[in-house]
Amino acid sequence: MTMVSDTPKQRFRLGMLVYDTRYRSITIQTVVGILFMAGAWWLIDNLLSNLAQLGKSPSFAFLWNRAGYDIDQTLIPYTNDDTHFRAMLVGLANTILVSVLGCIAATVLGVVVGVLRLSKNWLIGRLMTVYVEMFRNVPVLLWILVVFAVFTDVTPSPNEFRVTESMLAEGIEPKASKIVFDSVAITNRGTYIPKPLFERSLGAIHIGFMPISLNTLAILAVVLASFLGWRALLRHATRVQEETGERPTTWWKSLLVLFAPITLLLMALGFHLEIPELAGFNFKGGIRVSNAFMALWLGLTLYTAAFIAEIVRAGILAVPKGQTEAAYALGFRPTLTMRLVILPQALRVIIPPLISQFLNLTKNSSLAIAVSYMDLRGTLGGITLNQTGRELECMLLLMLIYLALSLLISSVMNVYNSFVKLKER
Amino acid sequence: MSDTHAQTELFVRHEMIPPSEPPALETGAIKWLRENLFSGWLNTILTILGLLVVFGLARLFLPWFLHGVWNANSLGECREIIAQTWGPDASGACWAMIRERWNQFMFGFYPRELYWRPVLALLFLLVGLAPVLYSELSSKLVAAGAVIAALIVVLAYNYGVWLPVGMLVTIAAVSAILDARGAKWPRNLLWFSALYPAVAFWLLWGGSVWLPFVAVLGFVLGFIVMRLVSAQLGAILGASAGAVAAVLWWSFGAGPLDEALIGMTGTARPFWLQTVTSDQFGGFVLAFTIGVTGIAASLPLGILLALGRRSDMPLVKVISVGFIEFIRGVPLITLLFVASLLLNYFLPPGTNFDIILRVIIMVTLFAAAYIAEVIRGGLAALPRGQYEAAAALGLDYWKSMRLVILPQALKISIPGIVSTFIGLFKDTTLVVFVGLLDPLKGITDAVRAAIEWKGIYWEPYLFVGSIFFIVCFSMSRYSMYLENKLKREHR
Repeated sequence: MTMVSDTPKQRFRLGMLVYDTRYRSITIQTVVGILFMAGAWWLIDNLLSNLAQLGKSPSFAFLWNRAGYDIDQTLIPYTNDDTHFRAMLVGLANTILVSVLGCIAATVLGVVVGVLRLSKNWLIGRLMTVYVEMFRNVPVLLWILVVFAVFTDVTPSPNEFRVTESMLAEGIEPKASKIVFDSVAITNRGTYIPKPLFERSLGAIHIGFMPISLNTLAILAVVLASFLGWRALLRHATRVQEETGERPTTWWKSLLVLFAPITLLLMALGFHLEIPELAGFNFKGGIRVSNAFMALWLGLTLYTAAFIAEIVRAGILAVPKGQTEAAYALGFRPTLTMRLVILPQALRVIIPPLISQFLNLTKNSSLAIAVSYMDLRGTLGGITLNQTGRELECMLLLMLIYLALSLLISSVMNVYNSFVKLKER
Repeated sequence: MSDTHAQTELFVRHEMIPPSEPPALETGAIKWLRENLFSGWLNTILTILGLLVVFGLARLFLPWFLHGVWNANSLGECREIIAQTWGPDASGACWAMIRERWNQFMFGFYPRELYWRPVLALLFLLVGLAPVLYSELSSKLVAAGAVIAALIVVLAYNYGVWLPVGMLVTIAAVSAILDARGAKWPRNLLWFSALYPAVAFWLLWGGSVWLPFVAVLGFVLGFIVMRLVSAQLGAILGASAGAVAAVLWWSFGAGPLDEALIGMTGTARPFWLQTVTSDQFGGFVLAFTIGVTGIAASLPLGILLALGRRSDMPLVKVISVGFIEFIRGVPLITLLFVASLLLNYFLPPGTNFDIILRVIIMVTLFAAAYIAEVIRGGLAALPRGQYEAAAALGLDYWKSMRLVILPQALKISIPGIVSTFIGLFKDTTLVVFVGLLDPLKGITDAVRAAIEWKGIYWEPYLFVGSIFFIVCFSMSRYSMYLENKLKREHR
């Protein structure tokens, strides 16, 4: 039997700081740390001396001064007497609006295109390929500018919608007409869409400065409740099926639970749509959506949808063919195969890159500058910055807000991702 | 048994019945149509819808496209010609704008008599890219080389300058010597690829040749010091000593030598080119300058960041993660605004450096953060066994990364890296918002500002868009080629 003697304790030598892997990482980190601190100190020192030279001191007090400029599209009440802070919030709301609508539209379009690109139909497959390649390989700025040019240059002026007595008498059609059941007018001054109104409105509550419509809240609550009720109904049906072997008919109950409460509520509130009508030289009534918004929204949607289409296609292709065949062998119908076998597996591949596309779309919404849409960059990073001359504070705030927005989106989507991802033991 | 055979022989066929022709519906074009376009009612509807869309688009755009006018001096003239030829209601493109403003789209406000310099820089870029992109000589590559050489000679002849030919001959001669000494074509051009940034800088901005020369000397000096010290004291000290030597050279040695050399040669011909300032850059010269520099610089930086993010050292990891997440969390536009508005706050008072350089730095940092994430994915996808095998062979960190890990990880990340590059090139259009003349909005607006082209929208967008499409599409095709070439699994 041999005794394994402990290795003798090595005396620490200076060279070990470089050559011994145990100490090397400490050395490297110390050097990196010192360099980093030195760099940061150099920048901050420069900043302070520059600010001192200019006689400025960093302060966010300007946020509470009167903004004094108008904003075209305001989701929260705003007048030019309000503060810069409020203008910033209006801009933030506009950014969020265009991002959310863009994400939804891009996802819908992207999924459709991605699925169609896989279709066995030669013509459709090629058309979708052309669409994807065309939009992916050209700057998004170009698409935004092109859509903007279409809306400002090609769409008819409100005057062309006019129907006069003499035209009626002679049977001449006006040059332009409203679309979607005569309710939406696309003009070169903006797109006019119907506005939902309530005859017996519940009013609004004010939380801080933000009025929240009780009507909207009531509708949301009812929709959520009917959805939960529908889920309960289906669960009940499944339980009955498991106990008795026969599934009770649910379709008319489902329809009733899903649609009856909301219809009743809308009737009770006196819901109706205000259709935009030509009055004088412009459309009156309805909601005016600016061309800038339409251009930004459509441009971002078309561009991002091309990327999402590729993600969806890759996700579906990533599910082995054997999975479909196995499902068929078990007697699943095609729709069920798609819903229960293919999609859950494809989603796992699709969700993570989809998140980064949503982030990209949100960040690209700052291209609003190209069409003068008043988003966060247009208010805080644009007019406020120019008026107050507070470049440092404005840019810092702007970047922090975008950073927070990005982190928020990615964390929300990551939670969703953890629901759909492979559950491993 | 043979008896049975003899008896049944009469009823056995000796030759097969010739296969009958397939039914008419199952052959040729008809079969293809049935299978690919009309295989079911859903497919038929889709096909008809698709055809309607195609016809609709063609009816909308084809006449406009074909009625295009190439010879006119203003939009009004274009419209007159179209109205005369195709009738008063006809619409048509005014391609004359592209012919008329071609130079502006390509060069911005670069001095007209110096156009050969950006063109030469582009041709040399192709030369410098050849050894990076292709490892083996092919007939296509030889043909491309011959075309580039011919173009350079034509360019020199047209502008009456002989510098391009001199440079071409130098490159060819040095490479031929290297070829004779064992480095094969196109590998022997790598020295030129390494030198290209300095050459391009000199060609684009002009000035004295000695400024890029002394800058390159710093790299050479650093490399020599690294080699010498590494041989004695090991790789880490060697690399640090090399870096210190280079920095010392740029801080103290480069300036005096530069001045001395300029004092000697002055503005004599081959050592001096007319200076071009950054505000004269524009159009695709600007887009390519920013795009190519950004691409070349962001890849190494991205690799370092990815390695930093996967490092065991907490401090390095925290710094890398913080940098990557910050850059990825904000839009590029805000970074560009930082470059144009704020950078001066963070530099010593009184310094003011070039706006193009600032933009390039920001674009590079932006792309590097994305590339770092792509490469991190590639690193994570490698089996752990590869790391352990490299360690078992006794390779240190950098050797195992360089020889084992990174080649595989980069191979996996090629599609992601190239799409980041494509994104970077497309994003060069955003520089218009900090006052540079990008081809898409900057130049287009400048063209529309002229009275004769007021109101022209679609032609410039179509033209600029097509060029972006060609560049980006070829990049994505090259990445597919590279993926195929590097595929090792199923031969």
